[in-house]
Amino acid sequence: MTINLNNVHYAYPDSLDKPVLNIPSWVVESKEQVFLHGPSGCGKSTLLNLLSGMLAPTVGELSILDKRLDQMGQHQRDRFRANHIGYVFQQFNLISYLNALENIQLATYFGKHGRSGVKQGEIEALLEKLNVSPADCYKQANTLSIGQQQRVAIARALINKPELLIVDEPTSSLDQHNRDNFMSLLMPLAAENSITLVFVSHDLSLSRYFKRVDALSDISCLKGDE
Amino acid sequence: MFFKLALKSLLNRRGSVILTLMAMTVSIFVLLAVEHMRYQTKQSFANTVSGVDLIVGARTGSLNLLLYSVFRIGSPTNNISWDSFEDIASKPQVKWAIPIALGDSHRGYPVMGTTGVYFEFFSYGNQRRLTFEQGHAFSQVFDVVIGSDIARTLGYSLGEKVVLSHGLASTSFSLHDDLPFKVVGILAPTGTPVDQTLHVSLAGIKAIHIGWQQGVKIPGGSINTTQIEQLKLKPESITAFMLGLKSRMATFRVQRTINEYDREPLLAILPGVALSELWQMMNVLENTLRLISVLILIAALLGLSAMLLASIRERNREVQLLRVVGASPIFLFLLIELEALLIILLSSLLGVSLLSVGLITAGDFLASEYGLYIQSNILSASVLYLVLVVIIANLVAAAIPALSLYRSAKTV
Repeated sequence: MTINLNNVHYAYPDSLDKPVLNIPSWVVESKEQVFLHGPSGCGKSTLLNLLSGMLAPTVGELSILDKRLDQMGQHQRDRFRANHIGYVFQQFNLISYLNALENIQLATYFGKHGRSGVKQGEIEALLEKLNVSPADCYKQANTLSIGQQQRVAIARALINKPELLIVDEPTSSLDQHNRDNFMSLLMPLAAENSITLVFVSHDLSLSRYFKRVDALSDISCLKGDE
Repeated sequence: MFFKLALKSLLNRRGSVILTLMAMTVSIFVLLAVEHMRYQTKQSFANTVSGVDLIVGARTGSLNLLLYSVFRIGSPTNNISWDSFEDIASKPQVKWAIPIALGDSHRGYPVMGTTGVYFEFFSYGNQRRLTFEQGHAFSQVFDVVIGSDIARTLGYSLGEKVVLSHGLASTSFSLHDDLPFKVVGILAPTGTPVDQTLHVSLAGIKAIHIGWQQGVKIPGGSINTTQIEQLKLKPESITAFMLGLKSRMATFRVQRTINEYDREPLLAILPGVALSELWQMMNVLENTLRLISVLILIAALLGLSAMLLASIRERNREVQLLRVVGASPIFLFLLIELEALLIILLSSLLGVSLLSVGLITAGDFLASEYGLYIQSNILSASVLYLVLVVIIANLVAAAIPALSLYRSAKTV
């Protein structure tokens, strides 16, 4: 099991009586590819922050790769995320003043490779596989096209060979053509590397790429909704 | 990577970073300048006179006497008679006596009438005697010995003819141009007002005032050089004199005798005591300057803190990204501190170099205008200590934005 949530509640520390998330049970098996959708403001980003260990649940059991995140301290969760979880955002995936290569090196710096990092050649090879030419590797990130930026972001998310990849609305800033390119690049890569994929989007047309489609409103039941 | 991230992030915000850097540089410059000048001014004053047990002049404030006789600051209130000088100089406790006659100048540089004893006994700094770089002491009426700064600035060498002017202004119209002096000696640099002084014999001072009355040239009253050299010129009055005693124990006794001198009202001061009076007067000024420079520093530090705090707002996405790739809140805290540290290190370096360059260029001006000899080498233990304090204060100021980032990183 890659993800196992059991009775997970989350409420902001300053308003504990108003939970934003309440998940009785949600399980994602290893290598599964899940499409998760829901309207904005329904707790999607909170859930992703919980899965990646940026936030800790207020109550409940949260296991990722059979490790209890809810029992880890902040620092342990940061280490865990760096090594086991890849993350791709909707946009602004890269630090604008670093070049593509440095953005990826940043991920290896925090990961298990530590300060020694991953060999530059290895990173360039991965980028090449993602259709980022070697010349573009040294361009400052904000000068790359959005499509290129998203591909560099995938490379950054995969460089530490994570078991879980979280992708958060990655295509909303892309046009139809780039969107298809992005998906046809991402899906085989995930399968190839045996990565569990949680793909969050409100664009239901993308659900055709997935076998499992979950609605957040089905897995999270808030009292206010009842 | 940590360092690269901080550096590139600063470069990315060049505009505001450079302005902050400039503010920090200016404040460090001011702080160090005040501190250095304060210390060096004291050093410079304390170094100017040494081995002199008493300074005697007309009755006035002790500070005034010290300032005009030694530092050529201000002007003498009254002269004292040559007879009194001879009388006191011949007392058994007196080892040597140096008469000083001031009031004339050459192109803005003061001219001092004295005797050969001056070159023998006057000392400065750590009991160092005057030495000649070229030439020798004056022996004739129209001989002049010049300080090293004068030789350098005006380009004078031995044998040069020099015309003295009446009064101290550099643009004086009353020139003693009928009686030129000849440079016979150039003193080695001392870093004291001696470097800016022309020394002539008392007879020389007397000679150029023959034919003058009340400070005005009398037409037809002048005489020529050869006539003067045949006269046995004896001064009637001098400005002040310095005394060296055979035994230091006698200082206070001699001082009392002089202060109670019945032929003429005189004042004898101990240079060290007068200097400490000067320090006390300067203390208020010093503390005010210090306070101002500290306030400037605080303003610059707050500016730095505000700049970093504002940058954090624009960096929300960046923070989220760093968190997602595994940066801990502590890492982000340290990142801001490192950015602040880079700014302060660079501005310290700039401030120190700016001050050094400034002192090198302003050194001559300070020496000639104020008689202050300031070393341009500012790297001393106290300056390093001060820079260290600034760096620590800077890290404390940067903790405000860094903590704010730390807190927001925890709840992302």
